[in-house]
Amino acid sequence: MSTGAVPHSNTEVNRNEELIPRYSLGERANHWLGALSYACLLMTGLAFWSPYLYWLAAVVGGGPTARFWHPWLGLVFAASLFWTFKEWHRDMHIDESDRAWAKAIPDYIQNEDDKLPPVGRFNYGQKLFFWGIFYSVILLLLSGVVLWYTETLPWSLRFVRYAAILIHASVALITIGLFLIHVYMSAILEEGSFASMVHGNVTRAWAWTFHRTWYYEVTGRSRPKQ
Amino acid sequence: MSQASTELVRISGHAGTVPGAGLNRELQVCKLVDTTTCIGCKACEVACLEWNGYTFSETTFDNSYQTMPETAWNYWNLIKFNEHEREDGSMMLLMRKDQCMHCEDPGCLAACPADAAIVQYANGIVDFQEANCIGCGYCITGCPFNIPKFSPTARKVFKCTLCNDRVSVGLEPACIKACPTGCLHFGTKAEMKELAETRADQLREHSGFPDAGVYDPPGVGGTHVIYVLHDAKNPELYGGLPKDPHIPYSVWLWKNPLKWLGNLAMVGGLVGLAWHYMRYGPKKEEPIPPDGERRV
Repeated sequence: MSTGAVPHSNTEVNRNEELIPRYSLGERANHWLGALSYACLLMTGLAFWSPYLYWLAAVVGGGPTARFWHPWLGLVFAASLFWTFKEWHRDMHIDESDRAWAKAIPDYIQNEDDKLPPVGRFNYGQKLFFWGIFYSVILLLLSGVVLWYTETLPWSLRFVRYAAILIHASVALITIGLFLIHVYMSAILEEGSFASMVHGNVTRAWAWTFHRTWYYEVTGRSRPKQ
Repeated sequence: MSQASTELVRISGHAGTVPGAGLNRELQVCKLVDTTTCIGCKACEVACLEWNGYTFSETTFDNSYQTMPETAWNYWNLIKFNEHEREDGSMMLLMRKDQCMHCEDPGCLAACPADAAIVQYANGIVDFQEANCIGCGYCITGCPFNIPKFSPTARKVFKCTLCNDRVSVGLEPACIKACPTGCLHFGTKAEMKELAETRADQLREHSGFPDAGVYDPPGVGGTHVIYVLHDAKNPELYGGLPKDPHIPYSVWLWKNPLKWLGNLAMVGGLVGLAWHYMRYGPKKEEPIPPDGERRV
């Protein structure tokens, strides 16, 4: 039996375990580059956040090394994210269909997914996550460059430093919240999601359950007549 | 304490001074800079360089006597020269020795994330421990006096130590030792404060400076370097000495409410997610029902 990209078979309607490609090799490689750089950024950043977490700087070799690598890792993460933006921004476009889904978020939280309207490649929550990280990274980049070369700012522009230090910490906290939810949902809560970012494929049943509109699109099938 | 309690202060029927009196001194040290008797000779600049092992390097000439625009990572002591025209049209050359103020409530230390890169000694000296410095530059943001300076080669931050290495063995700081006019004094905070107030009184009452006063800014809990100024109401005239210095509000916000909110949110988030998993469990894919799709 073929497990090609968009299988068309006239013999069966239900082939729940058959695989559908969801993430290309490039998307997966980029995701894990971003994930790795974010993990290092998180640990080195938390080391500078609290003395009780200063030991985390050891992951890259201690305090001065963490200070050296944190900005460069930030550039890697930003590059990874901007590539993601280039690839995904159309899929991440928030449209009318997301409003209905947004209203059903309590059902989603309570795992009553059958009550949710069908969604495309990404649901509203994933879109919010993406745009949250996207705009956060822009703010982190701008404030981060100020903190990177903080000593080059003249005394008369010290208010830029004051703003940068507050923005960088606040926005980093927002990304930590988004990151925790993202890791929880994709690696723990929604079974099959983590594997899809490793192997690139999801089962038909997974696609039908969580991204029904996308499922109909990529399989060339359509929703049943009501 | 037991030694302090038996220290002799007065002795009956004794000729001469009281042996041992004043032996146990107040530990808080202070440098007093009397700007009204400074002649701008820069002996303190030279002494600072010599004692701390730095050499002169190229500098910027900006049509004044000032050695360079501001202190540098390897130039911790700088006399700031400011021409000031008084209301009567006469000219004053204000000279202020700029260096670390050794704040009682140091903004550099509050902002620093590196374990023991900045310490405050019981005597009031705020000292950078470069071995522990990671070169992040947060101290530069935290300082209200523009003092910590980054060395691009060492990738660490440096500033005046108040000659901690000299003070700890009973010597006065190098700048004090070099001053030829006696405008620099060193002693306990109480003594220096008293000397400064006496000098300010003198300036107000006998020298025609009604606004003379002592600069010991309360916004940073007082400093261990204090100034006598001819015009204490306008410290900005003296090369930008801030009128009401304090730890920047953003640094305070970052290190206090934001820190606790952030910690609470991170721990709360983890607990919340764990609770969600236990309460609602995993999301599982559903088999596609026979009428779940239709071929086109």
